[in-house]
Parts: sequence; C-alpha cells; structure tokens
Amino acid sequence: MSGHDSKYFSTTKKGEIPELKEELNSQYKDKKKDAVKKVIAAMTVGKDVSMLFTDVVNCMQTENLELKKLVYLYLINYAKSQPDLAILAVNTFVKDSQDPNPLIRALAVRTMGCIRVDKITEYLCDPLQRCLKDDDPYVRKTAAICVAKLYDINAELVEDRGFLETLKDLISDSNPMVVANAVAALAEIQESSAKVIFEITSHTLFKLLAALNECTEWGQVFILDALSSYKAKDARDAENIVERVTPRLQHANCAVVLSAVKVILQQMELISSADVIRNLCKKMAPPLVTLISAEPEIQYVALRNINLIVQRRPNILAHEIKVFFCKYNDPIYVKMEKLEIMIKLASDRNIDQVLLEFKEYATEVDVDFVRKAVRAIGRCAIKLDRAAEKCIGVLLDLIKIKVNYVVQEAIIVIKDIFRRYPNTYESIIATLCENLDTLDEPEAKASMIWIIGEYAERIDNADELLESFLETFPEEPAQVQLQLLTAAVKLFLKKPTERPQEMIQVVLNNATQETDNPDLRDRAYIYWRLLSTDPEAAKDVVLAEKPTISDDSNNLDPSLLDELLANIATLASVYHKPPESFVSRVKAAVQRPDEDEEYLEGQDSGQNESSAPVQDVASTSGPANAPHAPSAAPVQAAPAPSAPMPDLLGDLIGLDGALVPVSEPTAAAPSGPPLPVIFPASAGQGLQLSGCLIRRDGQIFYSLAFENNTAGPLDGFQIQFNKNTFGLAAAGPLQVPSLLPGTSASTLLPMVLFQNLSAGPPSSVLQVAVKNNQQPVWYFTDKVPLQALFLEEGKMERGTFLETWKALPDSHEVSKDLPTALISNVDATIEKLSASNIFYVARRMLKDTSQDVLYLSGKVPYVSGKSISFLVELTALVGSPGVKCAVKTPNPEMATLFFDAIDALLR
Amino acid sequence: MAGAASALFLLDMKGRVLIWRDYRGDVSAGQVEKFFSKLIEREGDPSSHDPVVFDDGVTFMFVQYNNVYVLTAARQNCNAASMLLFLHRVIDVFKHYFEELEEESLRDNFVVVYELLDEIMDFGYPQYTEAKILSEFIKTDAYRMEVTQRPPMAVTNAVSWRSEGIRYKKNEVFLDVVESVNILVNSNGQVVRSDVVGALKMRTYLSGMPECKLGLNDRVLLEAQGRATKGKAIDLDDIKFHQCVRLARFENDRTISFIPPDGAFDLMTYRLSTQVKPLIWVEAQVERHSRSRVEYTVKARSQFKERSTATNVEIELPVSSDATTPTVRTSMGSAVYAPEREALLWKIKSFPGGKDYMLRAQFHLPSITAEESTPEKHPPIRVKFEIPYFTVSGIQVRYLKIIEKSGYQALPWVRYITTAGEYELRMI
Repeated sequence: MSGHDSKYFSTTKKGEIPELKEELNSQYKDKKKDAVKKVIAAMTVGKDVSMLFTDVVNCMQTENLELKKLVYLYLINYAKSQPDLAILAVNTFVKDSQDPNPLIRALAVRTMGCIRVDKITEYLCDPLQRCLKDDDPYVRKTAAICVAKLYDINAELVEDRGFLETLKDLISDSNPMVVANAVAALAEIQESSAKVIFEITSHTLFKLLAALNECTEWGQVFILDALSSYKAKDARDAENIVERVTPRLQHANCAVVLSAVKVILQQMELISSADVIRNLCKKMAPPLVTLISAEPEIQYVALRNINLIVQRRPNILAHEIKVFFCKYNDPIYVKMEKLEIMIKLASDRNIDQVLLEFKEYATEVDVDFVRKAVRAIGRCAIKLDRAAEKCIGVLLDLIKIKVNYVVQEAIIVIKDIFRRYPNTYESIIATLCENLDTLDEPEAKASMIWIIGEYAERIDNADELLESFLETFPEEPAQVQLQLLTAAVKLFLKKPTERPQEMIQVVLNNATQETDNPDLRDRAYIYWRLLSTDPEAAKDVVLAEKPTISDDSNNLDPSLLDELLANIATLASVYHKPPESFVSRVKAAVQRPDEDEEYLEGQDSGQNESSAPVQDVASTSGPANAPHAPSAAPVQAAPAPSAPMPDLLGDLIGLDGALVPVSEPTAAAPSGPPLPVIFPASAGQGLQLSGCLIRRDGQIFYSLAFENNTAGPLDGFQIQFNKNTFGLAAAGPLQVPSLLPGTSASTLLPMVLFQNLSAGPPSSVLQVAVKNNQQPVWYFTDKVPLQALFLEEGKMERGTFLETWKALPDSHEVSKDLPTALISNVDATIEKLSASNIFYVARRMLKDTSQDVLYLSGKVPYVSGKSISFLVELTALVGSPGVKCAVKTPNPEMATLFFDAIDALLR
Repeated sequence: MAGAASALFLLDMKGRVLIWRDYRGDVSAGQVEKFFSKLIEREGDPSSHDPVVFDDGVTFMFVQYNNVYVLTAARQNCNAASMLLFLHRVIDVFKHYFEELEEESLRDNFVVVYELLDEIMDFGYPQYTEAKILSEFIKTDAYRMEVTQRPPMAVTNAVSWRSEGIRYKKNEVFLDVVESVNILVNSNGQVVRSDVVGALKMRTYLSGMPECKLGLNDRVLLEAQGRATKGKAIDLDDIKFHQCVRLARFENDRTISFIPPDGAFDLMTYRLSTQVKPLIWVEAQVERHSRSRVEYTVKARSQFKERSTATNVEIELPVSSDATTPTVRTSMGSAVYAPEREALLWKIKSFPGGKDYMLRAQFHLPSITAEESTPEKHPPIRVKFEIPYFTVSGIQVRYLKIIEKSGYQALPWVRYITTAGEYELRMI
C-alpha cells in the first residue's frame, strides 16, 4: 500500500509561495488538501513556509481528519514564530476539544500542549480540565501527558489550576493505559519540582500493581520505573512487591524485563532471608541470559547493565559465562562488552575455557578487539593467582605469532603481571627481549624498559639492551624517556660497572639539559643529587620494594554502584555515570507574543544550535567530565570554556525569551562601594560598564552602572546572558534610560537561576552580551561570585554538621591555602561571613600553634530545588595573613569556586 | 525516575534528516546532522559504533535499517532499553505500512509517517506500536475513507492487541513449533556453547474474542498436576510470552491462557541450554601442498536418528580471499565457489540421519605473499539446515483449547521443525 506523496516535493520554482497561497484559499477541497500537503513537504525539506501561516490556519476548520492533522502539524512547527497569529487557531482548538469524535478531542488537546506559546497556554486550561475527565480513556490518557507538557511551559499555572490533583486521581482510573500515562507524567513533574508531588503510598502501590498486569508494554515500563523508587516498609512489603513483579520477567519485551529486574534488585536490598534471595537470583538468571539474544542494540544495553549487576550480585550469573562468549558476527560494540563481563565472571573453575576463547579472539582482525582480548588475559592473571601461569603461557603463545600489536599489548600486560607476582616469572624475559626491535608504541616500549631495569641483575646484556634505546632518547615520547631514565639508574645501582656509568652520564646530561619537559628534568635532578650525595640512600629509594598491584576490574565505587543499580535500563546505567553528569534540562523557548519583532528573525523556529564549545563525539561514548570519573581526585574546576565569540548572539537570542527590551527607566540607583569595571570604555568605543552580582533579601541582582563616554546619546539597552553553570538569566527587563554623552546610570537587574544551564564542569564564568541602538553588540565575561548565591537557610546545627561531615567520604574534602586572606577579629569575621549566608557552627583553638579553627556551613542552590551544602573548616592565626580553608561537600568540583568566594570575603 | 525522548529522526545513510518529529522542542535537526557527520568522519561506518552516544548535552540512540537510520535524541536520563526497543518497533510499524522501510517509501508516504509519529509517541513517551490496530484508524491513501474514524477500542483496552467484531467463515489456528539450534564448536572439536531457542509461531483466523488455553509437556506443570513425567516432560529454561498471555496466571499455576491477536504472532519463545549433540558435524582438513596450492578435505556427518531427514543443507566453508581456480568433488550435493562471500558453498538437498558425505576441493593461491605477517580473518564454518517433524527439546503441544461465546469449533494445526540458528564451527 505504498503512497505517491513524493510528487508533493516537486516544486515549480517560480512564484511557489504565491501559488501555494492561492491554492490554499481555493474553494475546492481536494486542491486545498493538496496545497497543505505541498506546504508540509516544503517544511519537511527545511524550507521556511511560515509566511503562509494565516492561509494554512484558515484550512483548520474541516471535517477531513487527515487535513486537520496536517494543519495541526504545521501549527506545532510554526506557532512559535507567529505567536500573534497562533491565537487565530485557539477557537478551533477549543471547539475540537468538544468534538463528538474522541480521536479529534484527543488530537486537539495533544497538539495544543505542543504549541509552546504563552497566550495559547491560558486557553488550554479549560479544554484540558474537560479532557482529563472525558468519558473516553483515549482522551484521558492523552490529557494526562498534556499536564506534563503544560507543567514544562508554565508550572505555576498547573499548580494553581489544580491539575496535579486531577492527575493524581487518574492513578485510580479504571483504564490501565490512563494510569500508566498519569504515572509517566507525575514522575516527570516530580523530577523538575522541589516539592513532593508524586509519592507512592501503599494505596497507590496497589493500584499500580493492578494496572501493571493490564496495560501496554510501554505502560508497564513507566509503572515499573516508578515502582523502583518506592521504599518498601519492611521485608514483607518488599517480598510482596517482588512477588507481583516477578511474572514480568516472562514478558517478551526486553525493556519490561530489565525494568522488572531493577525493581526486584531494589527490593532485594530489604529482604534478609537468604533463601528468598537465592531463589530470586535463580529466577533472574535465565531472563538476563535471554537478553543476550535480543537485537544487538538491546544486547548492548543489557550487557552494560549486567556488568553492574554482577558487581553487586556475582552469583546470579556465575555459571553462565558461556553465554558471553563472542560470536563471529557480533558487532564490535557487543564483543567489547562481552569481554568485560567474561573477565568479571572468570574463576578458577572456568579459566581454561575462558583462556581458549581469549586466545581465539586475539587472532581476529579487529585491532581494538584483539588488544582488549590480550589485556583481558593479563587482567585474569592478576585476578586469579592460580591461573597466572596459564595466562603467561597463552601470552607467550601469542607473542610467537609475531603480530606486531599483539606482541606490544602482551608486553604491556606482562609488565603488570610482574608487578603483581614479583620474582616469579622472570624466566620468560629472554623471550620478551627477542621482540625488542619490533616495539614502536610508547606504552609497550616503556613497559619493556621497565622490565629490563627492574630485573637488570638477571639480564646479562641489560646494558646493551638499554643502550639500543638510548640512541633515540631525545626523540622518544616523555613516557619512554622517564622509564629510560629510571631504568638506567636502576642498572647503575645494581651493576655499578664502567658501561652503566657512562650510560647514566649520558642520560642525566640529556635529561637535564636537552629537554623541555619539567617532569623529566626534575626526576633527573633528583637522581643526580641522590647519586652524588648518598648512593646507598639512592638504592633505598630507587630499588625500594613496590606495593603489589591488584585487579581493577570491579572498579566502581560502591555508592556510585548503588545509584546506578537504582537506574538500571536508563542511560545512566549505560554510561556508568550518575544522571546529573549528563542530563541537561533545557527549557525550550517559550515565545512571548509581545516580544520585539526584530529579534524573531534570528529565532529560526525556536531551535538554535548551541555555540558552546562542542565536545568531540565522546571518545568513550559516555559524557565527559562526569564528577565520578575513575580518578576520584577532586576535580579542579576547569578554566572557562573559551566560547567562539562571533556565534554568541545567535545563541543568546534563541534562548528562553530572556532577551528583554528596555522599558521605562526607573530610578533604582544602588548604593555601596564602587563597582568593578567589567567592560572598559576602551573596548566599548566609549561605553563603559561596571557591575557585580550581589544578593539582597534572598534575591540575586546584577548591579550595573553604564557610562556613556561617546560623542552621541545611547539608548535601547538590552542585555543577554550565555548559558552558564548556574543558569543565571535576567528575571526582568533591563531598566536603563537613554544616556546623553558624558552621563551615567545605574540599575539593579533582578536575576534568576537555572534558566539556561550549561553542561560541563562548574565554572564561574558568566558571558554577557549588551546591545544598544547605536553600537554593535558587545560581549564580555564577568565572574559569578559564589558569595552571592549562598542561601539564607544554609545554617546547620552542630549535630547535623557532624553527621554530614562523617557521612561524606574523605575524597570529598578539598583544602587550599589562602595566603592573602586575613582573620583580624574572629567575631567580626563570623559576622561578615554570616552576612553572606555562611554560618558559624563551632570554634576551637589549636593548642600547639595557637591557631583558631572555625567551622562554618553554607548552601548553594542547585538544579531542581536541591542545594549543595558546604561544610567549612577555616584554620588561621588571628591577625596574621594566611588562612587554610578546607571544605567538604557532595560536589567537590565546586570547591574552587568556593575558595574564591572565601578568599574574596576574607580580604 | 522519568525520562522522555526529545525528538525522533529518520535519516538517510549520510545522516541527513528525511523526516523528523520534534516532541519537546529542546533539540534541533541541525544538532543531529552535526552529530552524525562527526560520527561518520570518525568511524567511517556508524553501524559499528556503540548505539548510544553522548554529544554536546544530548544522547543519541539509533538503529539502522536498509538505507535509513531511525534515531532518538534525548536530554533526560530516559530508559535506554525501552527507547531502543521502541525504535525497532517503529521499524516494524513502517514495514507493516509500506511493505519495505527505505528512504523512498518514507518520502512516498510522508503524510502517513507524520500521522504515525504523532500517534506512537507523545511528548517523548512511547504510546502505542501495534501496527495492525494502528492501521485501523491511520490509513494510507489507497484505503482512506471519508468517514471520520474513531480510535479502536483496542488502543486503550486491556486487550490492546485485538479488535472486536472479527469474523471468519472457517475458524482455524496454525501453530508452528520452530526450534533453532545455536552452537559454537572450538577448533579442537570441543562444543563450547550450545543452546536451543524455540518459538511457538501462531497464525490465528478466529472470530470474536476467543479464549485460548495451551497445554505443553512442561515438566513443572505436569509435576504440579501429579502426572507421571517419565521421559516425556521437558524443562524449559526461560520462557517469554507475547503480551496477550496472562503472566500472573502462568506464574500461579503454569497455565498458558490468552486472547490471541488476529493473524501471525509469536505466542512464546523459550530457551534450553542443555548440551545438545551437534546435529550436523563438519570436519575440515586444510593442507597446503606448496606455496601456491591448498587442498580441503571436508567430512559432514548427520548425527540424528535415521527416520529424520535434514533438508536444504548448506555448508559454508571459508576460503582465503585470494584463492583462485577451484576444483571440487563431492560425494553428495553440489558445491559452488562464492568469491563474494570468500567461501565455498556446499549444498545438499536432502541429508538423512546417520550418513557421512565427503567433499574435496583444491585451490590455487598467489605465490607471492606479503612480508609482514598480518592476522588473517578466521571465519568459522557455518551450517544451515532444516529438519521437519523433529524438535531437539522434545516439546509437544498436548492440547490447544479454543472457547468463544458463539460456541464455534476451531481447527488447530500443529507442525514441528528444527533449523540451524547461529551454527558455527571454528577452523584450525
């Protein structure tokens, strides 16, 4: 039943728009319909047909459902760009929402919710109210989702009109699909609200479990995902839920199965009976195994999740390792994930078979996969002591094949095996040395050199071997140079004969004088100094016994693992990163109809490409810069991303209607100390701006002063902010009168948070664009002082402070010396800090240094109503400069910003 | 936890947008095209890349089908399993509508595509993907009528897969039990992995709302009923049911009861991981007589009972890509060299149980070889076959009861067949 719609794509070029206009107004139904199709076809290929708005909307009142749908589709696309005209459609919408045909009622309410124009939103309320109570479940289920749409546009309106209550009532609806959609809508609203809106009680729990048996597969996923956040009262409650959810493991839909597994795993945490747990594990294994025969994309998600599940409950799949063996035609991304899980499940019992597999993989053609297979052998050797020898055997077999990258990879892992089992397998060094000349990758070279240095006393010709590398010393990468330096020193200490002595001279000379690499130079100097002052001490240092390494294949932090297990099947579980590290809720542009026409041109139908520096297609295919990156060290807030300036306004203008026109000036001159200059007159052709973010009565303002040093008057000032860490944006219009030459004006611009959030590591950079009618757009950057953001309610009781401090892991503590900060009077300092909402908790004195230690707390608002707390310890000698500031916080990556704030406050 | 998709895109092979539907207004078509061009630039072939990719604040999930990519973009922590599966269902819906999903069929039917995208997802939440029911109220031009349609009851019913009022003159059910054998044999002849995936494929032509009940020789059920289970009962590892089967009831007393959809569907699938003896065993010896001549000696043996016969057997023997001038002799069937698959295909129409067949082949190789030893591809030997009237598991349909309030008699037809699934034997 193929169609012939492609004919609508052909164009007549000449006068296309007028022609369409004429056809749209035709009195013949068919011609009209064809014309609308042509318009939609033009829209599909990206042509702008917004100028036909009135003509298309005039076709809306029709009995023809197909035509109506097309007009609605057009409206969704172009209403944003014609907000004033969109109002023309309202009448028909309201009428359609009362149509006798439920299909049309639902269509009307569904489409209205997609039109993100403020004026329309108001008219949506009455039809929505009616449709939520419609007789037909098809209309109710559509209306349920529409409440979430409306909440996204105007949360207040939803709350004021009592839609949340009606939505909650729908959880008790007789129709399972309505229940499922109500659950999805409530869960979404909850996500973006600070208040408790949707909480599963024992009453709703019963309703949800009942609906679970009857709704569509997608609805089952909504309900299961909502259930996974339910906290059972006790073990019995948990067992009850599990009992009701277990049958879902038999569902043909993999997403239903995976979400059911999530609920069961969550509830299992509460169940203490070993029998019940064992039984549940037994029940979950076969469905998990079956996921591995789904479509490859689903397999990928399943494997990423199984990786998490076996970290928490290794026994579930302990006997199933064979299902993770790679098939020849598996896509590479599936093979890679299977390898990871094979390593996790490898045990003394199955290692023989696993090694046979790895060996097979190591001879395939995909280089990345082969390398990973070789590494896997090494990781098994490190994990299982008793299998280490077998693993070495396989690695030697592979080296004999003499495929270059296999050899290199094998040498890298053998180095790790030597570190894990010192003085055990040195007999194979001779074989390794045979392959010396083929090594060309830095890591492999460095590994080989490390081995030679470490075992120099057992390699007769160690000096010759190292010498062969020395010739190219200056050209080697840093990694290799460092290893060569250390190996030469080790050789000299072990065999202090003539040749090594010459060699060490050459290396040290080279490393101290010829190189620009400070690491290499410093290391060389240290060795040099050690060797020249006390060779015995040098021995103690360089040849010290090293700690043995251990297996890192179960490397997720337990608290992160908990969080990820609660997020099974979601993107977080695929990335192995917590949701907040990649979720970016961007409020879509809601166009205000009274906005200045001029700025609509740049609007590009509300979609704008971000001009923020684009990360490479993530190399790990996960979001970069997650706070839980494997190295748990506190992440230094990266310097501000240097956004490509020329694009900024295009970006800015597209944002959330925050570009506010100038309204009548009012006198709101702020008092206080002079503001810092943020944009000098030299850069602004005579316009100078001073300003600073301040906090007053719990509200953030941008205190700004404009100075006109140009020859003519300036007027029509507007301001716009680029996406930033805190999502700061203007909450109202910028009120600056027109400035005569030589005059200045000050204003307080109210600001709001979380309007246009940027992704990436926290940064204090605030990029601002200012515009007036006479000059080009000016861009400049200011800093967000964290001290303007601290919340009034940041005070903590002593007990809470202590508990919170203990609850946070040590890795979340960061400290910094602030050399120029000064506490001259403790009470005055406490007062000053509490004025900025950093509150005093406790104080003690260090006896031996007579330093004062102050404990303070503060809170900074965070997305979706949460806040980040900072627990602070300030150590200082009263009256003399220098303060040590230690801070413990759930978000250590914010610490740098915090230090800057304290530093500024203590001056 | 909640999460919805922001938009759904249909892209051509170069990553250009053919049609897209914006559900939440927070991503743009430009963004997805930019992402895709980066992906192609880096990877060459996006289909080998992870199907879930994060770029510039947006997660892209995609599935390829023919010359089309189906892709969702999301800014939230949405359910990845559900989204990817949904994309596959979207493909199924389009296939149902346009027979084939490809660039051309999307262009030819863009009006219906838009209508479907509006119905199957709302605000980024998957809604309804039963192609058969959808086509009752979203029709292509050829079938479109001027009367205004209503949403079929099924869309919101507890029975969302079947419409009421279906009528057949003759009420019939066809039930095919299809088992496919997956096997992986190592180069040392050891069976590394073997399992059987079975499916009960149904085609129903039944009037009204029939209540069906299916009985199998499932050990758990028979034991629960206290019947003798000697030899006849089987253990099924993991059973998955079509959404029409009442799962709670099955959990309760192992009864498989359901109201079937109309037409073809998979009632249930199951898996058996018991070690099975390879039904067709292939041994290949490869001898290099000189630098330029290689000889294959292949023996195929059927290891099932003599009363069964495998049909349409095809043994794919991998051959080096630079082999030329083959000469082949077989004791049964015919063999053709297929250079495009780098394989010799040995086809045997009928292969009875307990038989041995032989193949000898000789190839010439170029006498010059590259100096650097690079690893060669080691594809396994692959085998395809079908064995009718036979199942590996021994599964049996004991009864299929069909009850409809009008009281008609329906005829069930049952067939059994075993096929080769991923049947791989690694070569030395």
